[in-house]
Amino acid sequence: MSTDAIAIQTADAAGRPWVETLHEWVTTVDHKRLGILYILYALFFLVVAGLEATIIRIQLIRPHNDFVSPQVFNRMFTMHGTTMIFFVVIPVMFGFANYLVPLMIGARDMAFPRLNAFSFWLTALGGILLYFSFLGGNGLYGAGNAPDVGWWAYAPLTSRAFSPGHSSDYWTLALLVSGFGSIGTAINLIATIVSMRCPGMTLGRMPLFAWLNLIMAGMVILAIAPLTAAQVMLAVDRYLGGHFFDTQAGGSATLWMHFFWIFGHPEVYVLVVPAFAFLSEIIPVFSRKPIFGYPVMVGATACIGFLSLSVWAHHMFTIGMNSYANGFFAITTFAVGIPTGIKIFNWLGTMWGGRIQFKTPMLFCIGFLFQFLIAGLTGIMLGTAPFNWQLSGSYFVVAHFHYVIVGGILFALFGAFYFWYPKITGRMFNETLGKLHFWLFLIGFHLTFDVMHIPGLLGMPRRIYTYEPGRGWETLNLLVTIGAFVQGIAILVFVANLVISYFKGTKAGNDPWDAWTLEWSVSSPPPAYNFASVPTVASRRPLWDLKHPEDPDSRYE
Amino acid sequence: MSAITNPLSETTTAWKLPYRGNVGMACLIFAESAIFMIFVVAYLFYVGKSLTGPTPREVLETPIFYTICLLSSSLAIHFAGKLLERGRRGAFLTLLLLTIVLGALFLYGTGQEWHRLIYGRGLTISTNLFGTTYYSLVGLHATHVIVGLVMLSIVLVFGIAGRVGPEQSARIDVLSLYWHFVDAVWVVVFTVVYVLGR
Repeated sequence: MSTDAIAIQTADAAGRPWVETLHEWVTTVDHKRLGILYILYALFFLVVAGLEATIIRIQLIRPHNDFVSPQVFNRMFTMHGTTMIFFVVIPVMFGFANYLVPLMIGARDMAFPRLNAFSFWLTALGGILLYFSFLGGNGLYGAGNAPDVGWWAYAPLTSRAFSPGHSSDYWTLALLVSGFGSIGTAINLIATIVSMRCPGMTLGRMPLFAWLNLIMAGMVILAIAPLTAAQVMLAVDRYLGGHFFDTQAGGSATLWMHFFWIFGHPEVYVLVVPAFAFLSEIIPVFSRKPIFGYPVMVGATACIGFLSLSVWAHHMFTIGMNSYANGFFAITTFAVGIPTGIKIFNWLGTMWGGRIQFKTPMLFCIGFLFQFLIAGLTGIMLGTAPFNWQLSGSYFVVAHFHYVIVGGILFALFGAFYFWYPKITGRMFNETLGKLHFWLFLIGFHLTFDVMHIPGLLGMPRRIYTYEPGRGWETLNLLVTIGAFVQGIAILVFVANLVISYFKGTKAGNDPWDAWTLEWSVSSPPPAYNFASVPTVASRRPLWDLKHPEDPDSRYE
Repeated sequence: MSAITNPLSETTTAWKLPYRGNVGMACLIFAESAIFMIFVVAYLFYVGKSLTGPTPREVLETPIFYTICLLSSSLAIHFAGKLLERGRRGAFLTLLLLTIVLGALFLYGTGQEWHRLIYGRGLTISTNLFGTTYYSLVGLHATHVIVGLVMLSIVLVFGIAGRVGPEQSARIDVLSLYWHFVDAVWVVVFTVVYVLGR
C-alpha cells in the first residue's frame, strides 16, 4: 500500500545549527509541524491559564482573604476564561485536526498549506496581543492593565467610561485576530476533507474523526464570524465614537449579549465535537470492535451542530425575555440532549461485548463518558428557565461548565494526547505515569468540581472577590482549592511523562495499538510526504483490510 | 506489511472530488455572510431608535446608477471567465478591465455619498445610531469591494504581462465567485438601507 519509504537525503540532519532548525519551524507549511506548533502553543497557555486559576482559587480559599487585590482578581478570571477558550482549547483542537486529518484521509497535506501557516501565526499573534496588555494596557490613563471585564465582556463594562486605557482593546484585538486565524483553519479543514480524500475514501468510509472535525469546522465558520462582527462593532464604539452598545445614545447592551452568545454557545460545541472525535477513534481501538452506529454518529453530530445554533439565549434567561423566547430556548436546549444521548449510547454500544483494554487513553475516555453525562444533566437543569433564574450567575454554573470543559473536553484531550503520542513522537509514553496522571487528575477533578456545585446552590455568586464567614461556604471552598492543587500536580505528572518519554520512551513502531485508520500505516513520526504512494481504501477500516485480507470489512459495508 | 497488497484495490474506478478553491471560497462566503448578517441585524434593530437626527428619510438618496454599475460588473466578470476558458485572452482582459472600472465607479459613488453626508448633512459615525450602523454596514461592504478590486487588479496586471491563460480559468472562477458574493451582499444592503430602513 503506502509503506515503502522514499529515500530523502538526511545526511546533514545532525550537525545543523539551531538557527536553521528554528527557521525551518517558523517558515514551515507542513500540516504536521503546524499541528505540533498549535499543540505546544496551547500547552504553554494551558500552564499560564492554569496558574491564573490557581491564583483565583488561593484567593477564595478562606473568607476575607486578600491574597491579590480585587482589581487583579478581576483580571485573573477574565484572562483565565479568555485564554482557556481561545488560546488553549481551540488551538489544541486545531492542532490535532491539522496533524491527523490529512493522515487519516490519505492526503499529502492540507488543501491550502500557506493559509494553514498564516492562520496559525494569526492565532499566535492573538495570544501575544492578549498578554501584551499586561504591559501595554495602561494607555494614557494609567488605569488598569490586563482586561478585567469578564470573558464575555458585557456592555457597558467595555465602554470608555468604565474601561479606560487600552485593556479592553487588547482583548478585542486579540479575539479579532485569532478569530480570523480560526476561520482560516476552519476553511482549510473543510476544503481538505471535501477535496483531498484519497481514492476510495467516500464520505461514508471516512474516519469519524474527519467527519466530526468537518462539522466542527462548519460550526467555527458560523460561530466565530458573529464574534468577529461584534468585536468590530465594539472597536467602532471605543475608537470611532459609535453607539452600538451605548445605552446613553439609544444603543442596547442586550444586543451585545445576543451577539456574544450567538458565538458563545456554538463555541461550546466547537470545543466538544473534536472531543467526541477523539472518543470515536480511541474507544473502538481499545474495545477491539468497530464503532457502533457509524451513520447515526454522523447524523447525531450534525444534529448537535444544527441545534447548537439555536440555543444561545439560555445564557440570558435572567435578562427578562418574554415567555415565548424563554420557552423556545429552554426546549431547544433540552433537544440537544437527544443527539448527545445517542452518541453516549453508541460509545457504550461500542464497548459492549468488546475485549476492553484499560490503557491510559481508554481510561480517560471512560472518565469522559461518566463526567460528560453528569455535565449534560446539570446543563438540562440550567436549561430549565425557572431553575436558571435561581442559579444563573452562581458557582453552580461555574461548576457545570467546568464539568463540561474539564471533565469532558480535557479528559478526552488527555486521552488523545496519550493515544497519538507514539505516532507524533515515535516513542511510547510511560504507562505507569499515565495511570498515575489519570487517577490523580480524576480525584482532583471530582474534589474541585463536584464540591463546587454546593456553594453555588447555597447562593455563592461567581466572580466574587471574597465572602463573609458563617455562610457554610468556607469548608467547601477549601476543598475546591485543595482539589485544584491535586489537579495541578497531575498536570505536572502529565508534562513530565511527555518530556521523559520523548527522550527515554521505547520505540513505538508504526502501529502500537493495532489500530485501523490510515495514520497508523505510516512510520512514527510520519515522513514529511506522509504517504509514499497514494493509498486506496475500500472500507472504514483500511488497516483491518490490510491485516486481514481473508476477511476484509469491505465485504460487509 | 508492504508485501501485502490491498485485497480490494479500487484504483480502476474514477475518483473526482470538487476543486478545493471553490470549496474554500464557498466556506469564506459562508463566514462573510455570517458577519454581514450580524451587521444587518444590528442595522434593522436600530432603525428608528436614534435619539437625535438626521434620520435616513431626511438624508439618504437611493444610488440607482451606482447599483446598476456594481450589478452589471458581475455579468462582466462572468463572461470574462467564459472567454478565458475558450482561450480568448484579449476579450478576457477587456471585460476584466470593464469589471474593475464598474467596481471603481461604484466605490466612487459610495465615496461621494459619504462626502455629501459628512460635509453636507453633518452625519458622521458618532452622530447617532443611524450614523453608527449606516457607516459600518455600508463601510463593511465597501471594504469588500476594495479587496475585490485589489484582487481583480492583480489578475489584470498578470494578464497584461501575458501570464493568465485558459489553464488558470478555474482560479478566475474562484475570484469571480467572490465578486458575485460582493454584489449579492449589495442587494441585501441596498434593500435594508434604502428600502426597509427608510
